Amino acid sequence: MIKIRNARKWYGEEVKIGPLNIEIPKAGITALIGPNGAGKSTTLLMIGRLLNMDEGQITVANLDVSSTKSADLAKILTILRQENHFVTRLTVRQLAGFGRFPYSKGRLTKEDERIISKYIDFLELTDLEHRFLDELSGGQRQRAYVAMVLCQETEYVLLDEPLNNLDIARSVQMMEHLKQAAREFGKTFVIVLHDINFAAKYADRICAMKNGQIAAFGTVEEIMKPELLSDIFETKIDIIEGPHGPIAVY
Amino acid sequence: MSTTDSPTIPTNAADPGLRTRSTSAFRSRKDQVRYWILLTTLLGLGLAAALGLLLYNNPVPVDSPSFIPVVQRRMVAIIAMFIAALCHSVATVAFQSVTGNRIITPSLLGYEALYSFIQTGIMFFLGATALVSFSGSSAFFLQVALMIVLSLILFGWLLSGKYGNLHLMLLVGIIIGTGLNSLSGFMRRMLAPSEFDLLQSRLIGSVTNADAEYFPLVIPIVIVTTLGMYLLSRRLNILSLGKDVATTFGVHYQRNLILILVMIAVLMAVTTSLIGPLTFFGFLVAMLSYQAAPTFDHKYLFSMAFAIGFAILTTAYFVLYHILNSQTVVSVVIELFGGLIFLIVILRKRSL
Repeated sequence: MIKIRNARKWYGEEVKIGPLNIEIPKAGITALIGPNGAGKSTTLLMIGRLLNMDEGQITVANLDVSSTKSADLAKILTILRQENHFVTRLTVRQLAGFGRFPYSKGRLTKEDERIISKYIDFLELTDLEHRFLDELSGGQRQRAYVAMVLCQETEYVLLDEPLNNLDIARSVQMMEHLKQAAREFGKTFVIVLHDINFAAKYADRICAMKNGQIAAFGTVEEIMKPELLSDIFETKIDIIEGPHGPIAVY
Repeated sequence: MSTTDSPTIPTNAADPGLRTRSTSAFRSRKDQVRYWILLTTLLGLGLAAALGLLLYNNPVPVDSPSFIPVVQRRMVAIIAMFIAALCHSVATVAFQSVTGNRIITPSLLGYEALYSFIQTGIMFFLGATALVSFSGSSAFFLQVALMIVLSLILFGWLLSGKYGNLHLMLLVGIIIGTGLNSLSGFMRRMLAPSEFDLLQSRLIGSVTNADAEYFPLVIPIVIVTTLGMYLLSRRLNILSLGKDVATTFGVHYQRNLILILVMIAVLMAVTTSLIGPLTFFGFLVAMLSYQAAPTFDHKYLFSMAFAIGFAILTTAYFVLYHILNSQTVVSVVIELFGGLIFLIVILRKRSL
């Protein structure tokens, strides 16, 4: 369970995020949605201790993210940012191997190798594992980054817009992978998504944010309401019943 | 895995490095073999040139009692080259990794500017006799201490607390360096030509500047610091992925960054005080070692960078002294050819 209590972040006088209060239950996929500047990424970064909050407390699996040793948190929670750029050329397998650092501290054991192979296979990167990242397409590279954080074998996985720059086929493939990972490995995903329909189709819960506040949190059915979404996105949004559940039309 | 993957196994099997499913620091066995061949060749070249510098063209015959003293005198220069190669290569590679930028060198933090400022300032305010007498262990360690203090102030102020910004720190370092350089340039303009000449010899890096008197303290400091850096290789591999990824993997970024920058400061301060500035050298060595060692692993990068650095210094001195019979300042030559090699490498590879 991820508990956020009165977390706040100020970016100057104008932009204030929080106070945020939410309890995200274990297992399944929770999607963070909302307009630009609503504070989705800020919230995710604060949970992932990449951004210090100005006030409040966040606990993940009962560990306070600001006071627990970073090395211990690395075995419980992982976070992947939108932009990743490395100075060194890395192969897919080397990148995934870094994900084992919290356990192996850089000396990979046979068990580590087995886990790395497992997630590389899981994300269908087997043929590409010795390619350099700059030799991959955007979708393949994004899967390689996800393989890295999955190799960390943490209960909680936070992803900041993993569908950014992916086409429809690649986005569906990525979400299928994440859904399957949540089911098969019992992981808890918190994912920032821009597309409401992706959230509706793949998430178990949706947390909608607006103006630095949590506007609504609930199951897909509870959030996929025309009035609620129209209000959050300040655009007329209709909900129709599709073959795979509710669909937002805007 | 599903059967769709099976066609790839034969193609993988073609390259023995790709057959086994394990994570190596190199992409393929071929790269790894190439690395070891290059490393051995470069170490051999460096060693051969060092031996050449020691023994070749000795004015006295081998059986003469003064043969050994001549070798011993030449040994000082070899040790200085060893120290310079070790300091510059390790400091630059580590610096580029923690800053995540491969086109900068630790000289940006103002060590060399501070060195030339101290030397020029002594000449300007106290005169030539003071500059000549500004040598010996106390003067040497005073300089080293000043440089380390400068960098500690820079790191302490700009890397912790609310600033906490590496790029801001680099910018301030560059500004301090430029400021010190213009101050010393201004002072140099007002010196008498004879004074200027004396000063100039100190401001251009040269292993002949090295004084064996400092070795008993300098060598242990350099060995301990580089050994420490080598042991931190695995952590450096993670730090080179940037602050966010390092934090995600549980590496305390700020603390490790400051630790590594302090070690870099020690290495740069020692080598600059010992033989003077070699601004472009570390950059060149690091650049070439990335090409020669295609890996992220600093364990291999450090070894290759040192081998390249030592080979460049010793061969450059050997060729200049014994083949071209010229006493031209080697650092000038290194920077000239270094610049050329750098341009060739960049234009051929089109990437850093």
